[in-house]
Amino acid sequence: MTTILFIEQVLNGLQFGVMLFLMAAGLTLVFGVMGLINLAHGALYMVGAFAAASVAAATGSFLLGLIASLAAAAMAGAIVEIVVIRRLYRRDHLDQVLATFALILIFSEGTRWLFGSFPLYLDIPEALSGPVTLPGGIDYPLYRLFIIAVGLAVAGFLFWLIARTRLGIRIRAGEADREMIAALGVDISKLYTLVFALGAALAGMAGALVGAIQSVEVGMGEPVLILAFVTIIIGGIGSIKGAFVGALLVGLIDTLGRTLLPIAFGTVMEASAATTVGSALASMLIYILMAGVLIARPQGLFGAAA
Amino acid sequence: MTVLRSLLAGTCALALAAGAQASDLKVGFLSTLSGGGAGLGVDIRDGFLLALGEAGADDVEVVVEDTQRKPEVAVQVADEFIQREEVDVLTGIVFSNIALAVVPSAVNQGKFYISPNAGPSQLAGRGCHENYFNVAWQNDAMHEAAGAHANDAGYESAFIMAPNYPAGQDGLTGFKRFYEGEVVSEVYTRLGQTDYAAEIAQIRASDADVAYFFLPGGMGISFLKQYADAGVDIPLIGPGFSFDQTILPAVGDAAAGVRNTSEWSPDLDTAANAAFVESFRAAYDRTPSMYAAQGYDAAQLLLSAMETADVSDADAFREALRAAEFESVRGAFRFAANQHPIQDIYVREVVERDGVWTNVVVGPSLQDHSDVYGADCDL
Repeated sequence: MTTILFIEQVLNGLQFGVMLFLMAAGLTLVFGVMGLINLAHGALYMVGAFAAASVAAATGSFLLGLIASLAAAAMAGAIVEIVVIRRLYRRDHLDQVLATFALILIFSEGTRWLFGSFPLYLDIPEALSGPVTLPGGIDYPLYRLFIIAVGLAVAGFLFWLIARTRLGIRIRAGEADREMIAALGVDISKLYTLVFALGAALAGMAGALVGAIQSVEVGMGEPVLILAFVTIIIGGIGSIKGAFVGALLVGLIDTLGRTLLPIAFGTVMEASAATTVGSALASMLIYILMAGVLIARPQGLFGAAA
Repeated sequence: MTVLRSLLAGTCALALAAGAQASDLKVGFLSTLSGGGAGLGVDIRDGFLLALGEAGADDVEVVVEDTQRKPEVAVQVADEFIQREEVDVLTGIVFSNIALAVVPSAVNQGKFYISPNAGPSQLAGRGCHENYFNVAWQNDAMHEAAGAHANDAGYESAFIMAPNYPAGQDGLTGFKRFYEGEVVSEVYTRLGQTDYAAEIAQIRASDADVAYFFLPGGMGISFLKQYADAGVDIPLIGPGFSFDQTILPAVGDAAAGVRNTSEWSPDLDTAANAAFVESFRAAYDRTPSMYAAQGYDAAQLLLSAMETADVSDADAFREALRAAEFESVRGAFRFAANQHPIQDIYVREVVERDGVWTNVVVGPSLQDHSDVYGADCDL
């Protein structure tokens, strides 16, 4: 493997990582502040992608599609919070899992009913399409660099929001002691709706950004959701910093594992067997990492000790 | 679970008029109609029902039910069809793993199964059965044709890639069975993987003459879009699954000009095909896919058998199915001894026609092709 290929794979891992961060940030906020396990987070990712694809198809503008994805996912999130999720805060986690799993089914079949069974078309905007040549002669797709930039910008925005704003103070206070901030006169139910909608909007944006290079179809959110859960478990539930580090770790390890492991096995065994064994082990890597983190630090890398 | 019961054109009215006239033949259609992969099942169903509707087959009753792409659900549905609905023929399954869960038990209970899509090697070889007919292809066919095409096109080295699951491994084995050049790299991706940046970087670095990939459904959409955006100039080829009408509109110009192999194409020049494509467009307002064509042929096969035999006489009905006396939309069609097709596989190219991304036939790849597993079949 050449240095150029290695750097390219690191960039790929980074891009995958920041995309995961957008998903994991909302998930970890909702769990941290409300103590809610939200399996329907992947459905909001799908809502964002479908909104972006249909608005972009109608207007021809990717930017409008991106804005629509934020709006649609935030709105869907707020409605779901008010109608369903609000009733679940005091229930145990099994009830939450059941109810949000039902939401997955409702969103999936609802989307299929509205848009049909066939995948939608969402293309990369003209200005961002095609590869650019980076220093060192690496050809890399511009759009993936754009995703990395957007992801890092959103991460910066979230850190600022949590650390420096009144809303951030309330979110942190909500994580620490729900009863106390309610007693201090903060409208806790409005805060919950806001946090939920914020998480939903981030998921929707991830769906729209990724939808342009992947397939916009029903059920697209669930595979990402599993990885997002792995991410927040590694990073520590409730921690934005943990979600960020966890997402980058998962992105890098998964991407590099997929390319390096088959090569590593190739040095000790026959090529076709090495590919099979290497690929199989590569798909387990992040779960092995998760298990390792859980053994060494059950609260996650940046989680508050229980 | 929704039960969708479609009594075909006028069956109700006729049944009422004639008192208590029962259907002569009952079909249990079980397919993936919701969730991921639903587009394929929907197309098979629409093609199947279109053929019955066109024939005015009021002596056929069809019960349609969704398997949700889950083998355990499919097994329940099949049991219900056989025990409660007492169907004579089952059909509709899209995916090989589901076919393997349902077909052996159904045919052993004396039911007929006509496969409109899945063709796992197990059912073509040692596990073949006198009541199992595959009207689509054995799973390897398109991969083998792609290997043959890579030879014809003069590609001396190939990068090959498929998901890490049985059909993916079979696919690459099928390609290598016919390909005579050097395989520079063989990569297995995760099933359901959506990001192929890492693999695309390897393809770029491999410097192969051609990249062959088998990524059905959404995986193919993701790969094609990302490959086009990465600006790699190594040409692609793939099996028809990755370039089907159900996914091409979602891929757009990222698939332009890519060669792929299939037993059918919307522009295939047969009279039956032109009529089929036109009536499918009129009925459903979209271009039919390969899956729709296979569903259509499955119904035609069934109707052709009903003309010469009654399903209550299983032996005669089986012989009538085996004769395959129908005009397939793909032209010449007959069954090999293992009741899998002997047919031509074509090379197609992705083009835009009247604002719709679709395939056109470039030429034949393999003629009178049948699978290698038939040798193990005792029929």
